[in-house]
Amino acid sequence: MIRLDQVTKIYGTMTAVDSVSMEVDPGEVCVLLGPSGCGKTTTMKMINRLVPMTSGRIYVGGKDTSTLDDVTLRRSIGYVIQQIGLFPNKTVEDNICVVPDLMGRERKASRRRASELLEMVNLDPVIFLKRYPKELSGGQQQRVGVARALAADPPVLLMDEPFGAIDPINREEIQNEFMKLQAELKKTVIFVSHDIDEAVKMASRIAIFRDGRIVQYDTPDNILAHPIDSFVADFVGTDRTLKRLQLITVAEAMAADPPRVVAGDELSTAVRLMEEHGHISIVMVGPRGRARGVVKLDAAKGRQGSVGEHYEKLPCMINLRDDLRKAVSQMFTHDQTWLACVDDDGFYKGYVTQRGITHLLGATYRDR
Amino acid sequence: MGMVAGLRQAWQILVLLAVFALGVWAKSSGILDDALKYQDDILYLARQHMELVAISGGLAVLIGVPLGVFLARAGFRILRSVIGQIVNLGTTIPTLAILAMAMTVLGLGLPSAVFGLTVLTLLPIVLNTVAGIESVPPALIEAARGMGMTNRQILFKVELPNALFVILAGLRTAFAINVGTVPLAFLIGGGGLGELIFTGIDLMEPGLLLAGAIPTALLAVLVDVLIGQAQYWLVPRGVNPLR
Repeated sequence: MIRLDQVTKIYGTMTAVDSVSMEVDPGEVCVLLGPSGCGKTTTMKMINRLVPMTSGRIYVGGKDTSTLDDVTLRRSIGYVIQQIGLFPNKTVEDNICVVPDLMGRERKASRRRASELLEMVNLDPVIFLKRYPKELSGGQQQRVGVARALAADPPVLLMDEPFGAIDPINREEIQNEFMKLQAELKKTVIFVSHDIDEAVKMASRIAIFRDGRIVQYDTPDNILAHPIDSFVADFVGTDRTLKRLQLITVAEAMAADPPRVVAGDELSTAVRLMEEHGHISIVMVGPRGRARGVVKLDAAKGRQGSVGEHYEKLPCMINLRDDLRKAVSQMFTHDQTWLACVDDDGFYKGYVTQRGITHLLGATYRDR
Repeated sequence: MGMVAGLRQAWQILVLLAVFALGVWAKSSGILDDALKYQDDILYLARQHMELVAISGGLAVLIGVPLGVFLARAGFRILRSVIGQIVNLGTTIPTLAILAMAMTVLGLGLPSAVFGLTVLTLLPIVLNTVAGIESVPPALIEAARGMGMTNRQILFKVELPNALFVILAGLRTAFAINVGTVPLAFLIGGGGLGELIFTGIDLMEPGLLLAGAIPTALLAVLVDVLIGQAQYWLVPRGVNPLR
């Protein structure tokens, strides 16, 4: 969808971007990551030609951008910046409709779209459409900023540290919302960031920049697991393996179809099942399969009675859709070596263990 | 807030009382009746006065706003400081001197009056336009350009609307100066209510003088109120500190 071919930018005697070549597939989120002054923002701005390039070629949707005029090119690319840049003299509605209005699209249709978009970024159109930017919080403003970039339905989105100026709690939320939106709209996104956590969270691929060159261009997991040199390793941090935890969901890591007991079972059945599987505890489920409690091996061994009389409460559970970082955090919080995994309705689906997670993260190193 | 509002109200009442007292005094001393004798002159000259304000002020707006926009462009930083200095110097030259200079070049009559008044009115307009345009955050311009606005669209859809409040504040100052200076135009043959004022001074006739001075003051207030209202209603709510 986007292809950069030997793109170079020279300011006077300083080479800001040094023959960068890269390709971004449709629907991917490509995060340009690096310390300040590494050329990531310059590279991005050459795509919509806010910065003219010194040499090279950029193709968007197969078209050489140098054959298009600035205005046509930019109107076909959504643009979100850190300072948000909503027009204070226009209402939220008119801000969102800036590009459709510039393109002379029908007013009614674009206003209807504005209302839909506002809903997609979790702002109530009834409340916010007629407000002015100064009446919105920073997080709300950038939600409108994202809606504005999407208004003319461009296939490509450029985002220049869009969530950098938003407080951590709101940032987390707006990142999640954006990912949900992206899963639905499947835009091709170039996203500039200097925050490795944000990059790991958002990116399908990360390009690490240093001194105007791409040092490594790979999937987040590969960058974290196999940094190409000490610069990348330092940049992604010494805790990079821990960061990989957030790339894997519980559903991917869990052992599915685990043994289970119901309240009416004898303790001896539970003990037999545990010994068969080599487990130290077993989950008791309700009649329809919801996780209800747990029976521990050392507590059940040699005792008589039913599971229903001797089970303990489950100290914690984890949702299938959560990432492993949350799972590990839960384990540490509750001093557990394993967690029962449940779906949205509370049905018992499997379990994750500390050993299992360690094994999974280590796999990529053993393969080499 | 409450105290400020209270003070303002007290002040308004005081002003009203003063005006009323002045009216009573003017009536009882017969000056008001004297002044009213000149009703026809007042109407004719007030019209002429307004024409001078409209022509010179209009010209100043037509020249000043584009000039301000031009000077606010990034490339003219040096030119801007030079012009800023000239403007500052210009304000130190007495109004009368400017009119006199205009007269020596353009001769007696309307053209030199309009010229002098325009130059005087120009300064606040240019300065405020530059300040207004410069106060537009660069992020807005970048966002606008990134969304595919042309330079022209950026000027008319982004820069001017966001600078409008400050520009109109400049216009308000400029027109207040303008209306108050027009009487001097009489001295170089420009006409206007100055005719009554200066004749009144020369003939030591306070009635005649007030027949020119009071309408001039009223006109100044009227123009100020009009531009104030324009500022209130024309500037979009999102960038209007008054709303």
